Amino acid sequence: MSRQNTRLDTKKVNSELLTLTYGALVSQMLRDFENVEDVNKQLERIGYNMGMRLIEDFLSRTSSPRCLDMRETADKIQLAFRMYLNVQPTISNWAAAGDEFSLVFDNNPLTEFVELPQDYQQLRYSAIICGCIRGALEMVQLEVQCRFTQDQLKGDASTEIRVKFIRRLEDAVPAGED
Amino acid sequence: MVIYGVYIVSKSGGLIFNLDHNVPKIETERTESYPLEYSLEYEPKKVSVAFGQKDGVNVGHVLVSVNGILANGCTLEDGRDIKELIENKDNYPLTLKFSRLKMTTNEKIFLASMFYPLFAIASQLSPEPKSSGIEVLEADTFRLHCFQTLTGVKFMVVAENIQPGMDVLLRRIYELYADYVLKNPFYSLEMPIRCELFDTNLQGLLEQVEKNGIASI
Repeated sequence: MSRQNTRLDTKKVNSELLTLTYGALVSQMLRDFENVEDVNKQLERIGYNMGMRLIEDFLSRTSSPRCLDMRETADKIQLAFRMYLNVQPTISNWAAAGDEFSLVFDNNPLTEFVELPQDYQQLRYSAIICGCIRGALEMVQLEVQCRFTQDQLKGDASTEIRVKFIRRLEDAVPAGED
Repeated sequence: MVIYGVYIVSKSGGLIFNLDHNVPKIETERTESYPLEYSLEYEPKKVSVAFGQKDGVNVGHVLVSVNGILANGCTLEDGRDIKELIENKDNYPLTLKFSRLKMTTNEKIFLASMFYPLFAIASQLSPEPKSSGIEVLEADTFRLHCFQTLTGVKFMVVAENIQPGMDVLLRRIYELYADYVLKNPFYSLEMPIRCELFDTNLQGLLEQVEKNGIASI
């Protein structure tokens, strides 16, 4: 491929920089909004907007074709986590219908150095990731539901994100592909 | 190696970016005596050559200036009517400058939104199921290459017929778009692209391709 030699090189940054910047964002938001539920919503919304843009970056770098079933999508999401966060979640707990799966993280770079204070137990600290997955998939005409079912910050052994396929956005499929 | 222009059409069919890269500029200036050897057509918006082409003044070219005074529609900048001026024998000799008609931004937007349904029709007309839309459109003086991303954005390059490797170039432009347009926090999706970094990087890319060929990127 033409990519390797000229790469506008994907700049490598220390993950701690991301962790701390994200921490600053969350703590600022907790200060700005009184309500933890509002922070959850805002984080999710920010993630959604990021996902809508990030998907183009992902597609242009990987030139991957369209996914036609959820298993392919799961693999692509896994690849994306490796590209952007340098973690490889395991894909497990497939629903019998094949429309729902879990991404299990042994460690989540966003939550390094983080402890949830007692009164913020309702905070979904990494909600931005859910928003991001949802936004990115929506741009490739897949509507999904995405939520945390386990979180290391809340004492679980690992972090688990559940992704559920809702429907394909048929009317948004670009012409020449339907 | 000539690339004439780059266009980006958003998912909803609007032109969000266009760049004229290397469009040859054709201008001819001639001093004429009465009577003119070609016939002109006077329209409210322009004066063009209707018939009788001669020495680089071709049918379809529009009048740019008379005696160095710019033409503005069917009047000159100083307010004189072009038709009266040209048809009056006493005004000769006249220096007339003609050039090929340039597309206005409005026309480009119009054409870009025309391409959108053509692309869709092509995929529906296809005898084979699951066909893509138009990927290459060829004419005797240029070739239009189109690449549609999975999210529905279309990237188009208009280039010389013989230019190879345009599909690679299109993918590179897509990468530039992902890097410089979408990562610009002040850019809102679906809106016209006004990002300086994108412009400069795209320009650089095109020049590199023209100079060193597609293998260099």
